[in-house]
Amino acid sequence: MSNSTGSGGLELQGLKKILGGRVIIDDLNLTVNKGEMVSLLGPSGCGKTTTLRMIAGFLIPDAGRVVLAGNDVTNTGPEKRPSAMVFQNYALWPHMSVYKNVAYPLKLRKMNKSEITKRVHNVLELVNLMHHKDSRPSQISGGEQQRVALARALVQEPDVLLLDEPLSNLDAKLRVKVREDIRDLQRRLGITTVIVTHDQDEALSISDRIAVMNGGRIEQFSSPQELYDRPATEYVANFIGSLNHLTGDYSNGRVTVGTKTIGIRPEDVHFTSTNESNGFEATVDHVVPRGHFSEVYLKREDAELRAFMSTNIPAVGEKGYAVIKKALIYENGKLLKVE
Amino acid sequence: MSRKQVSLVNIFISSFIAFMALFILGPLIWLAVHAFATSWTYPNLLPDGFTFTWWKTIAGDQELVKSVKNSLLISPIVVLISAVVCLPAAYAFSRYQFFGRKSFLIGMFAANAFPKIGLYASIATLYYTLNLMGTIVGVIIIQLLGTIIFMTWIPAAAFGSVPRNLEDAARDAGASKLRTFWDITFRLALPGILVAMVMSFLASFDEAQGTYLVGVPTIYTMPTKMYALVLNYPVQIAAVFSLLLAIPSVLLISIARKHIIGGQLADGFQIK
Repeated sequence: MSNSTGSGGLELQGLKKILGGRVIIDDLNLTVNKGEMVSLLGPSGCGKTTTLRMIAGFLIPDAGRVVLAGNDVTNTGPEKRPSAMVFQNYALWPHMSVYKNVAYPLKLRKMNKSEITKRVHNVLELVNLMHHKDSRPSQISGGEQQRVALARALVQEPDVLLLDEPLSNLDAKLRVKVREDIRDLQRRLGITTVIVTHDQDEALSISDRIAVMNGGRIEQFSSPQELYDRPATEYVANFIGSLNHLTGDYSNGRVTVGTKTIGIRPEDVHFTSTNESNGFEATVDHVVPRGHFSEVYLKREDAELRAFMSTNIPAVGEKGYAVIKKALIYENGKLLKVE
Repeated sequence: MSRKQVSLVNIFISSFIAFMALFILGPLIWLAVHAFATSWTYPNLLPDGFTFTWWKTIAGDQELVKSVKNSLLISPIVVLISAVVCLPAAYAFSRYQFFGRKSFLIGMFAANAFPKIGLYASIATLYYTLNLMGTIVGVIIIQLLGTIIFMTWIPAAAFGSVPRNLEDAARDAGASKLRTFWDITFRLALPGILVAMVMSFLASFDEAQGTYLVGVPTIYTMPTKMYALVLNYPVQIAAVFSLLLAIPSVLLISIARKHIIGGQLADGFQIK
């Protein structure tokens, strides 16, 4: 019996994992379509790496199934799974040259020499590392090591590519470039990819869909835009982007006494000198310049609101009106409505 | 400091170095000279003459040649057996948590903590009942004892220093557990294992106490033959024999220096 979707991608069904007496993953379900790039996003300890290691086969789940490209691989060892992983610190073999590192998976598949050479050269050209093919991993830079690790995974032509925090060891500038490169390659090769990250910018910028994880469960699984515009839970709303918190009831841009949680994105708060629409009086408390925009802290006796403004930045002490354009209203942590 | 004081300090330092050099090298020079000297007695500063007689004597003495052959036969066997027995144990100590792991690891020192001669005496009692006295097997077992600590502790540390994710990466690439062990774990631990083998070889090659107790008078190795030489032969013969005994040590250590410390194998540990 197989109840896989036949999508050819990856399916996790009711995964559960207990490590050291603690439930790390609890009833986790996830479907990744063929050719899709999905991020597992969450703070450290949320179980995202454990999930990835179960997909790769380093951990066997205590319950549930892992289906890769239509085949149940739940109890299959990592060496027999059609997945390839890029490790967080690359895990390149220091005693082998770049070429040998990349050729090793093919050598294990008993491919003939000329075929191996051809495929390794192709993939090294793809990641732009032909000039380093005889170097040792210790002789090349971190970014180059990362590309070798990627090449070693891609050369296997896996059904699913797994990336464990692939950018966390790179400096900020390089990170942006490499993540664009990875996204570009993934699109060109049409390879199903799961990427584990704790960096929301990274997840938002390269994923087709993002699974936000919390305490071993998936809180929300949707597109980056949806995740930002309609966070299904208060947890997700807090984790993605910035948020103002107010307690009360909300209607027509007015906050009244109540018990619900109201989340307001700082870019949805406007500040005007004249009260055009349903605003409330506020004073500019302080302003933090952030480059292409400024963080404006607005104050009233009972509340404080943060606004992101890029034009007409008010001066400290200026009095005016704060207008709320959009609010996320939560009850018991779950999204009630967006107004 | 005045110039006079500086030169005084220099003189002091130089004479100290000269004294230490003489202290360390003196006995070696004495040995080397004796191996080629017809005779060299107090108060003469130089030997009376030089000769190769002593080397010829040794080459022609069947007893002595036999002991050299024994040594060259027994030590490699000891190292090999020790590796076969201890390397899996070392791997287990470094990779698995099991009941009594710590006690076993520390317990290995016990054999080295007591005066060896007491241990050997009780082993000898056992040997008489097992008819192992005066046999090659008996000598090999005795020499194995001294190598266990090297063959277990050093490789255990070497296996332990191989990062787990390098093994995971090999499994992910499609290697079986055994293949991963050979291609990655063993290969990266190899420098440590070679060091352990050199240490074990030297420990076995130089072992005299136990070998003497178990082997004599049927089996002599080079170190046990030294006892007889010192007592019954001219001092020059002992000098030649000492030099012969030192050759494997010097050779092995210089090879180890070249290939393990400075060579490619060391690259394995330059993980950034």
